[in-house]
Amino acid sequence: MDSHQHQDEGPATRHRSETTLRVNGKPHTLTVDHRRVLLDVLREDLDLFGAKKGCDHGQCGACTVLVDGRRLNSCLLLAIALDGCEVTTVEGLSGDGEDLHPLQRAFLDRDAFQCGYCTPGQICSALGAIAEASAGHPSHVTDPTAPSGEPVPLDRDEIRERLSGNLCRCGAYPRIVDAVEDVIE
Amino acid sequence: MKTFDYVRADSLEEAADAFAARPGARYLGGGTNLVDLMKLGVERPAALVDISRLPLDTVEELPDGSLRIGATVRNSDLAAHRAVRDRWPALSQAVLAGASGQLRNAATTGGNLLQRTRCPYFQDVAKPCNKREPGSGCGARDGVHRDHAVLGHSAHCVATHPSDMAVALAALDARVELYGADGARSLPAAEFHRLPGDRPEVDTEIRPGEIITGVVLPAATAGVPSAYRKARDRASYAFALASVAVAVGVDDGVVTSARIAFGALAHRPWRARRAEEVLLGAAPTEAAFEHAVDLELSAAEPLRDNAYKVPLARGLALDVLARLTAAART
Repeated sequence: MDSHQHQDEGPATRHRSETTLRVNGKPHTLTVDHRRVLLDVLREDLDLFGAKKGCDHGQCGACTVLVDGRRLNSCLLLAIALDGCEVTTVEGLSGDGEDLHPLQRAFLDRDAFQCGYCTPGQICSALGAIAEASAGHPSHVTDPTAPSGEPVPLDRDEIRERLSGNLCRCGAYPRIVDAVEDVIE
Repeated sequence: MKTFDYVRADSLEEAADAFAARPGARYLGGGTNLVDLMKLGVERPAALVDISRLPLDTVEELPDGSLRIGATVRNSDLAAHRAVRDRWPALSQAVLAGASGQLRNAATTGGNLLQRTRCPYFQDVAKPCNKREPGSGCGARDGVHRDHAVLGHSAHCVATHPSDMAVALAALDARVELYGADGARSLPAAEFHRLPGDRPEVDTEIRPGEIITGVVLPAATAGVPSAYRKARDRASYAFALASVAVAVGVDDGVVTSARIAFGALAHRPWRARRAEEVLLGAAPTEAAFEHAVDLELSAAEPLRDNAYKVPLARGLALDVLARLTAAART
């Protein structure tokens, strides 16, 4: 465990409380300063460095993780407000085995990154987006006359729109779309 | 960030009591705006009363044909709801035109209405801003104000309200339901937000300690053809430069109902009452639409660098009016 956890250990006080998070299937009970966001707890206390801090203001998507199955910006989530939630980070996608998740494999096969900083967020966001489309969630580019409640087919325009909350400063967008297309086909 | 007390409320009563007992408290919903403002030092709450888990997360179809959307329903669920998409499509479209997939998964219906302006002077504690610090002046009026108001602004504030959702709610005659120490009440969505006047620090008509419990879409606008259109600097994930929500009914060659609200032009969603009045009973022609929209926008008082908003908003409104009435005009 790193030093940050030691800094944040100690009893609950007016400004610190206990919270239990299930992260990648493992429960963690932590006493956290109320100010701490999930992203910092993942990186500093749990040694999970997949989720990245880009802007720290919900504008870049590099910190995207799945909370109770939904993609969220972990930089804007107070850890204390997530008591009892199930968090999945990029480290949790491959399960216990060594095999990569098919979307991780697709990112490698398609060379869908250069520096890789945004990649964990892109992958978690794409998984959330695919689940949303299957559940019938429309997007800004979905035809308004499409039947509501039906799964939305993801063409390239849909993928681009749904991933607009994830910036890639290397500009790997076309290949990111290729990789996502590979796993939905 | 300043330290704060945290309490999670399980009921409305508990939330209101916890808030009243803690001076300087703020309610926490999805946190997408509040937590960000706390990081910026704009918000410095002494306590957060977490209302994100109150049992207000359902969408109910009421017997009279209206639809009640609970305050903690997430923006993405609201936009995907079948009744909303089928009967009040402008609302679904407006929500989907805002923010990103991640943010819409976190942001709540109530929180969306209570989000603060994205004026850069408001968000920077080193700059003057009457909304953040009454009396400190308005940096935007003679500064960087390309994104700012062209209607209803004052010497004290030229900020716009950033919500897309609120624009559709204003056009669709929705009501905002509130709970507070004096019990429950409701307000028209179009009157929920204020113009800045000499008190720009007050964004809405909500009273201290009150909680938004939901919004109700009325039966009167159910099924009326409606749409939302937004212009912005990039194709996705940007705040509006101008936007419009329109619901318009045509029967037997005349306009039988007209509801129009502009976004990003003012401190609140701008309900275009003058345009609506002249459209009622008129034939749905291009000339009638132009006359109505021009009449409304003749009240505009652009700042040095944002006069472009007037023709932009005009074009959006004319396009949506023409599109919604196309079938009735052929």
